[in-house]
Amino acid sequence: MPTEASIPAPRRAPFAGFLKHGLKPVVFALCLLPFAWLVYRTFNNQLGANPFETIIRYLGDWALRFLLIALAVTPLRIITGWLWVARLRRMLGLFAFAYVAIHVFAYVGEHAFNWSEIWGDIVKRTYITVGMAALTMLTPLAATSMDWVIRRMGGAAWRKLHLLVYPAAILGVIHYFLMIKAGYQQPLIYGVILAALFGVRLYKNYARRI
Amino acid sequence: MLIRRKKASGVASHEITPESVYLNRRQIIKASGLVAGSLVAGSAVSAFDAVMPKDKTTKFAGVAKGYSKLGETDKLTPLELATGYNNFYEFGTGKDDPAQNAGPFKPLPWTIKVDGLCAKPGTLDFDDFLKPHALEERIYRMRCVEAWSMVIPWVGISLADVVKRFEPQGSAKYIQFETIVRPEEMVGQRGRGGLPWPYVEGLRIDEASNPLAILAVGLYGAPLPNQNGAPLRLVVPWKYGFKGIKSIVRMSFVENEPKNTWKAMQSSEYGFYANVNPKVDHPRWTQASERRLDGGGSLGGLLAARRPTLMFNGYEEEVAGLYAGMNLATHY
Repeated sequence: MPTEASIPAPRRAPFAGFLKHGLKPVVFALCLLPFAWLVYRTFNNQLGANPFETIIRYLGDWALRFLLIALAVTPLRIITGWLWVARLRRMLGLFAFAYVAIHVFAYVGEHAFNWSEIWGDIVKRTYITVGMAALTMLTPLAATSMDWVIRRMGGAAWRKLHLLVYPAAILGVIHYFLMIKAGYQQPLIYGVILAALFGVRLYKNYARRI
Repeated sequence: MLIRRKKASGVASHEITPESVYLNRRQIIKASGLVAGSLVAGSAVSAFDAVMPKDKTTKFAGVAKGYSKLGETDKLTPLELATGYNNFYEFGTGKDDPAQNAGPFKPLPWTIKVDGLCAKPGTLDFDDFLKPHALEERIYRMRCVEAWSMVIPWVGISLADVVKRFEPQGSAKYIQFETIVRPEEMVGQRGRGGLPWPYVEGLRIDEASNPLAILAVGLYGAPLPNQNGAPLRLVVPWKYGFKGIKSIVRMSFVENEPKNTWKAMQSSEYGFYANVNPKVDHPRWTQASERRLDGGGSLGGLLAARRPTLMFNGYEEEVAGLYAGMNLATHY
């Protein structure tokens, strides 16, 4: 992500030991909880009348949430000065991609892997087109998340590529907005949060320049 | 050479009458005869009182089995699915919102206003509205525009009989229906973000006079739960579910095509006719197939395959004549 510069002066966090060694596994486990809950509901017949719809919407909701959580890392660091949150950024971004991927996998399963029908959907239906575009943008980001790839690409090229997360997140919110028939509060909330996260970054860049 | 021609509806003749119904036809005829007979012999009022439940938990007594046409693979949707997964935006936009939020709604007492171009307009109490008509059970497929479907046993009255009773004038071409507006009991009607209220639907008079069309007051032999449109709703099984307007308080005989709510909201996606048609896609999803919600299959039906959607939801023989010569791709 681009706004790496102008990191506030390092502060010694109160739980430095935990933040260094214990935080990541804990957050990792927390990130798995929504998926575990879905698996539990699936095998206990708690998905309601239309299980596929429940699964697809649930995963879509969490995909968007994780995308926003991953995008909140840098603004949170900017505002609070907590350096340790940056260490979670890659993992949160990969969880966002994982939830996007299984969301799309569930959609493909809903269509019983009928690829011609799915292609028809992608071409004809704007909200599917937009969603697939977001997936297409996020895939190379996940594929270039390993240390050796970052090293091989070089920091500047890697950061440039990872700018794609911004249009992908915007498309994700638009995808949700287009999917809904009426009552737009939910996508609106996601849109406002995304705009606020962008706002923090833009303000930081602006403040740095003057 | 033997030429096999598949019927346009895709419903094989052996599917038209379920075997159990066929084998029990004498009992069924006897049962319906009994009800009709009691209506003639006793006073209509007492027969009506005998059939109508005293409260929401009592079942209808001795409702005759009316016209039902199911295919071999049509299984009744379990009650808890039919009453737990609803589109009724007056109670919220989520599928489980109506079941959660419809509790405070009071469907009785209820009045229905009948007005417009007819000889016998009036405002009728719920019982007075129903009394002249025979209650029947009709088991119909219900196909939602969102590409899922259910099979529901309704209790209702023939809409054709209702139309006749109020004697529409020659100039009346359509019936417009309206849902109640009661924001204090319907959380979806409060605030912004929902639909414009009241919810409006309509039918051509000849559509309303088709024997398949009913006004339902119950399902599974009991009065309609609030979330299914208590106390009175429209059921037109060859059309997408959103045509089945719920909690009806007004019926108007009108000359011009009513502006139904979803068409008014988004006319590129929802039309006035809204006939189930696998060949005319909704802009946001295919209408060629559907997901049947009947609780069948493992993992709550998760692994069940989608099924092909039938023209006019499988009721082509009964209703195709209404649309002879019409371009159904433009009149969707």
